[in-house]
Amino acid sequence: MVAPGIRFRGSAALDGRALFSGLELDLKSTGWTCLLGVSGVGKTTILRMIAGLETGAVLHGEITASDGAPLGDRIAYMAQSDLLLPWATVRENVSLGARLRGEAVNRDLVDRLIADVGLSEHAGKKPHALSGGQRQRVALARTLMENRAVILLDEPFSALDARTRAEMQELAHRLLKGRTVLLVTHDPAEAARLGDTIVVMTEAGVTEVPPPEGPAPRAVDDPAYLEAQARLMMLLRAV
Amino acid sequence: MRVLGGVFAAVVALALWQAIVSLTDVPRFILPPPALVFETWIANRALIWEHTLATATEIALGLLIGAGLGIVTALTLASSEFARLTMRPVLVFTQALPVFALAPILTLWLGFGLGSKIAMAVLIIYFPITSAFFDGLMRTPQGFLDLARTMGASNWTTLWRIRVPAALPSLGSGLRLAAVYAPIGAVIGEWVGSSQGLGYLMLLANGRAKTDLMFAALFTLGLLSILLYVLVNWATLTYLKRHTPGV
Repeated sequence: MVAPGIRFRGSAALDGRALFSGLELDLKSTGWTCLLGVSGVGKTTILRMIAGLETGAVLHGEITASDGAPLGDRIAYMAQSDLLLPWATVRENVSLGARLRGEAVNRDLVDRLIADVGLSEHAGKKPHALSGGQRQRVALARTLMENRAVILLDEPFSALDARTRAEMQELAHRLLKGRTVLLVTHDPAEAARLGDTIVVMTEAGVTEVPPPEGPAPRAVDDPAYLEAQARLMMLLRAV
Repeated sequence: MRVLGGVFAAVVALALWQAIVSLTDVPRFILPPPALVFETWIANRALIWEHTLATATEIALGLLIGAGLGIVTALTLASSEFARLTMRPVLVFTQALPVFALAPILTLWLGFGLGSKIAMAVLIIYFPITSAFFDGLMRTPQGFLDLARTMGASNWTTLWRIRVPAALPSLGSGLRLAAVYAPIGAVIGEWVGSSQGLGYLMLLANGRAKTDLMFAALFTLGLLSILLYVLVNWATLTYLKRHTPGV
């Protein structure tokens, strides 16, 4: 599996009002692209369009993979809400994709991924018995179980407390290595910490901003990261 | 505490009833005193039991068939746009007809036996179950559906593995409502034409001015309905608590 880059070109309108126009966004192969913007600017719409999900908006343009193959069955999606089925155990939630497609479930892999996110002792529990951070880790294991080349993350860490969020960012970064990741976020700190490419989206359009030096995830006390975070915040507030 | 409250209310109601009988000298064939009703109940227990069994059978079968038909209809409506377009108006129209008015026709078609009473109970509970379950099936959280879509799920597996489990609480509400309605359907059926059941026994006792027996049958019917509701309520809630804990 070689994770392709993704090229997004187009304009979108919602109820006759332009959401964005002439947008050019490139997700680099096997890296994290962080799309940073304030709420309501249309960044989730972009992610949902790449995912092939209903947005209510009409896209005039195209979304293509760098290898020319269709994207449809090569993406996995993780949202702000963990979307765990409350009636299913951790194991059943992690293996949801295979069960929905009517495929045989690779139980060893399920257990290994649950172990990777550190939840082996909770594998038989239902989501209500888990904390918010644990639930989001189950969602991460479920995403990994799909084994897709392109991972679309729609603010998956924003509802977590600060410490859990930092831990989840590191865990996700480690486990999603080698895939093309789009992270949509409203948090400058998160973009500065995780982005190999950082794109700021405002009403005026998108601007690529150089990421801080050094490989992601950057240490929370890294001066370059802190400086980038401040710079991104200024950009967000400029409009 | 709830049981104690119920007992208290029953004692007050009985005292009030006895007081009305003692203070107003109302004739026994209009309002028999509670003690007489109780005596009649004990004296006629074999008779009452026989008719209770008949009514209970009608209700149970009506519930089972009505729930089954309601579930199948809701699933059909939820999985097919065409079904929604064509079947929903028909369903709404059937609800515009008072079910009471259909009872004579059902008796004409299905006879005086069990069949017409079961049909009556089925008719009266079919719509609440269909409607409750269908609403639940159409209100699946959008996030679950998005997730299923990105996972490449078919409509069928999405229905079966996500929409149905997510709609079970709604189905539970429908079943609890049906447990209240089913006895009404069965008794209406019995009033229109039958040879057994508590509704029949009430009419029979009424015709012979045996008001005490009529009251005894009425109370048995009340007990049966409450028992049924408590049972269905307990079963659905216990199941849901285990199936979807914390919701």
